[in-house]
Amino acid sequence: MAAVGALFVLLPLAAMVAKVNWPQFLPLVTSEASLTALGLSLRTAAASTLLCVLLGVPLALVLARGRFRGQSLLRSFVLLPLVLPPVVGGIALLYTFGRQGLLGRSLEVAGIQIAFSTTAVVLAQTFVALPFLVVSLEGALRSAGSRYEALAATLGARPTTVLRRVTVPLVLPGLASGTVLSFARSLGEFGATLTFAGSLQGVTRTLPLEIYLQRETDADAAVALSLLLVAVAVIVVGLSYRRSAPARIRGSAGPGTGA
Amino acid sequence: MTFRMDAAVAARGFEVSLGLGAGETLAVLGPNGAGKSTLLAVVAGLLRPDTGRAEVDGRILFDLPSASRNGTAGWTAPHRRGTALLAQEPLLFPHLSALENVAFGPRSAGVPKRAAREAALRWLAEVDAEDLASRRPGELSGGQAQRVAVARALAAGPDVLLLDEPMAALDIHAAPLLRRLLKRVLAGRRAIIVTHDVLDAYMLADRVIVMEDGRITEEGPTREVLRRPRSSFAAGLAGLNLVTGSATAAGIRSAEGLEFTGQHDVPLIPGQAGVAAFPPSAVSVFLSEAHGSPRNSFPVTITDLESHGDQIRIRAGELSADVTPAASGDLGLVPGLGVYFVVKAAAVSIYPA
Repeated sequence: MAAVGALFVLLPLAAMVAKVNWPQFLPLVTSEASLTALGLSLRTAAASTLLCVLLGVPLALVLARGRFRGQSLLRSFVLLPLVLPPVVGGIALLYTFGRQGLLGRSLEVAGIQIAFSTTAVVLAQTFVALPFLVVSLEGALRSAGSRYEALAATLGARPTTVLRRVTVPLVLPGLASGTVLSFARSLGEFGATLTFAGSLQGVTRTLPLEIYLQRETDADAAVALSLLLVAVAVIVVGLSYRRSAPARIRGSAGPGTGA
Repeated sequence: MTFRMDAAVAARGFEVSLGLGAGETLAVLGPNGAGKSTLLAVVAGLLRPDTGRAEVDGRILFDLPSASRNGTAGWTAPHRRGTALLAQEPLLFPHLSALENVAFGPRSAGVPKRAAREAALRWLAEVDAEDLASRRPGELSGGQAQRVAVARALAAGPDVLLLDEPMAALDIHAAPLLRRLLKRVLAGRRAIIVTHDVLDAYMLADRVIVMEDGRITEEGPTREVLRRPRSSFAAGLAGLNLVTGSATAAGIRSAEGLEFTGQHDVPLIPGQAGVAAFPPSAVSVFLSEAHGSPRNSFPVTITDLESHGDQIRIRAGELSADVTPAASGDLGLVPGLGVYFVVKAAAVSIYPA
């Protein structure tokens, strides 16, 4: 069954690679529309990843270390975007930040329009990618436990010092993989982006949107761009695994000799 | 008394009151779940008691229930207490070198980097671990890591050093080494050591308390408590035969002139005070003086017989031997009978005291 599982993932990728129009590959992926979409994707994914770290680290800390009423409820809500159809997320964002939305109206008065702008792309991506960071980091925090932190406190370290010199270094591998995962999720975001930000070339049309659009008119371009996205994903996953592997080896280094 | 604490934690049925003089080391003995670790957590500020008060050299650690509404008055945060903790496991920060681990306390106290490193090197030298300075915790053996952890706790300059079964996770070779190191560094230092090993109490502590069910059931100078145990737990501990005396080239000579040879991992200095320790299970009982290889054979008079599990414990003054009921019957052992206790040198541990 494991082989069937592996095939189930690999076969469609192979089928897609077989469909690539290799002589035209470079011109297709370097067309102006493609490059614009790729650039926008990378920029917005980087921005939403940053936003995920800024919002997700405190959230993960509160969820892993805090003890308060409604904690499991908060966790469920933070993880909701994982199971929510992205389109639904997009609609929810639209009714929050859109012109007629909950906050949108006040923002409009202040002269700020979010819906159908690049900012909307970043918000949509952050919305769907945030749980990935929170889940990875909370898991790392829980498995690191609080014993090191308690011990650091008895050695005279202030809470901020404990966070900076003990907690964060201990969970760095978890933070790194969470960051990479949320970057990858942001890069692949489609549904929420289309609903909340639309598909304006150079403004909100990210690579997945471009692929979907091209599929209607130019299948070769869509396949070429898909392969590009697969390549980026493979690099991202590869990076995150390379990062965590040496740490594991170092952690399990055998005991020295004698006492 | 310069350290004084009264504390109660209702949820754990914990209620303890104790004091500690300057430079005094207190051993806390007791069965699992007796509240020994709770005691350390309360002193360190990792657990908030419901009521109680503690102060060290006039500084309040806690005074609860708090007089102020938000509960901040009457509560000193763990990092301001000066109560460094040495746990069962070394818990060295895995991302820092041994030297950086030891420098952690001074750095947290605001000591400049260079001075903190120098202090850390001095403490590493104090525990004979200078050569480990650049190692990562993952590259250290259990004993080495615990030595570095001792240096790290001391480098923080604690007013009260808290030790939570520091030898429990070490193998039989590393434990005696660390015990000797602790004996050196704890001399004249205010410390509380939780242990299940009576030898730790004997060698490291000036005073001992026995805890059972969250309360102190026995308290006093170590020798006295172990010589005349009143609590059942201390009595069980006292089962270990301990003979004090002065060291000879190969062992200990007791005050009564009995010679004990045994295993020791430090050269003994004749005349130095020492202790021979051996379990009752290692003692055989003979009606006449045994000849042959065992060198520790001494005449005793049986004072008491009691059942001890499926064995019979033969008491002769402060010494005891465990024999099978069958053997006891065959030998006709009764109180008042003169017999010979024989113990192999290999089963006797000799420690300088």
